[in-house]
Amino acid sequence: MSNILKATEQKLGVLEKVAQSGDRRTFLKFAGMSVAILTVAGCSDTTTSPTTGGTTLTNDDFGVLNYAYALEQLEAAFYTQVIGSFPAAFSTAERAIFMDIQAHEVSHRDFFKAALGTHAIGSLEPNFSSIDFTSRDNVLATARTFEDLGVSAYNGAGQLLTTPDYLVIAGKIVSVEARHASTIRDLINPKSTAFSDDMITPGGLDLARKPSEVLAAAGAYIKTTITSNLP
Amino acid sequence: METKKSMFDELDPDIIDRVVSRRNALINTGKIGIGLALASVPVTFGLLSTKAFAKSSTPAEVLDVLNYALKLEYLENRFYVTANASSGLIPGSDAQIFTQIAKHEAAHVALLKSTITQLGGTPIAEPTFNYTKNFPDVFTNYQTFLAVSQGFEDTGVRAYKGRATELMSNKTVLTAALQIHSVEARHAAIVRRLRGQKGWITGNDRGGLPAAAQAIYDGEENLVQGTNTVGKVTVTSSEAYDEPLNATQVGAIVSLFM
Repeated sequence: MSNILKATEQKLGVLEKVAQSGDRRTFLKFAGMSVAILTVAGCSDTTTSPTTGGTTLTNDDFGVLNYAYALEQLEAAFYTQVIGSFPAAFSTAERAIFMDIQAHEVSHRDFFKAALGTHAIGSLEPNFSSIDFTSRDNVLATARTFEDLGVSAYNGAGQLLTTPDYLVIAGKIVSVEARHASTIRDLINPKSTAFSDDMITPGGLDLARKPSEVLAAAGAYIKTTITSNLP
Repeated sequence: METKKSMFDELDPDIIDRVVSRRNALINTGKIGIGLALASVPVTFGLLSTKAFAKSSTPAEVLDVLNYALKLEYLENRFYVTANASSGLIPGSDAQIFTQIAKHEAAHVALLKSTITQLGGTPIAEPTFNYTKNFPDVFTNYQTFLAVSQGFEDTGVRAYKGRATELMSNKTVLTAALQIHSVEARHAAIVRRLRGQKGWITGNDRGGLPAAAQAIYDGEENLVQGTNTVGKVTVTSSEAYDEPLNATQVGAIVSLFM
């Protein structure tokens, strides 16, 4: 496995150089080759899968980006369902906030899909059977879970990326997820320390979780089987 | 659990004491549960482990970014220390929010200083800040205080983001910087809400801050995300993405308070 990782790193190093040379067509050709090699070496499947089948995250930058894409799909689906039929107890202000967040998550999802192009995993099928969408408390608690999980996921995945441009885009998104998390927490416990309490920010640091931990938690809300080769 | 024990064994007690008392560290570890302990403790304490750093030399670039971050954290920390000590400034109903933010900024200062030292660098001394130069009533008028606080937090988010790629050679430091970065974003959102603003930035709207603060929001209106390496995409929402600021841009903002 370590040999495969080493080969991946070398390959990505080449990709970066090609990318920096500005020859997009050459870069894309190399990118395709890289994935093919990884597929053979890791015995993994990077092709788009139907929602009912499984999907695989490769242990490389595309795998990390697809991991983010999977989480954004989950969040976008959740908020889309919430705004389709708000809990009766939601205030006007809360509805406006959820409309905003839904638009953000849809934008994140669509960005990853478009940016990854042929490297993108398929659409995931969510499993929201445990969520009571008529309950304000349950919807807010679920939103808090998703946002905190998302923040910790991006924080933990940053160090897995080898391409600077990918880290930049992840950084642009994670802080907006943190703004969401803080806002949702303020709706649940107004004007308290909940926006950034000591459970999530021990010692002034937000959490950073490995993909395996995040996917284990997110799996409860996803019907599609995700096979992850990420740490 | 064995992993955690070995991390504790490597800790430099003096440094832990500076960031969080030993007893609190142990209590918190017990309290936060297995999932969080695995996720956050090794990373947090890894940063403070002498052995972890002794193995490789540190590029000057990493130290430069850490001192850059330290300057911003000094700016924020002194601001909240002063505000929290200014009687009558912060209403009782909002006091715990700023006590919490101040606690984080103090922890960030301590963590950055100890990390720079452990990496073989020298932490910069705390500069003398002048908060009232451009905002004379910042410690007597709550609305002015909130406006400057929002400006600091939104700047912090953009500043960390702007230099994250320079930390890629050190995964531990990069992760810690990201963990600080998202806490600044949590702060920004709550302070914005106290001002009646959305928790996120719309276009380059400075949200009623004085014109001098426009530099904090310039560029936030960007709608083209990604690059040729990942795929350039025109997105539907500028709110959904926080934009980086470079060192020159941040320096111009900080100079308003020097």
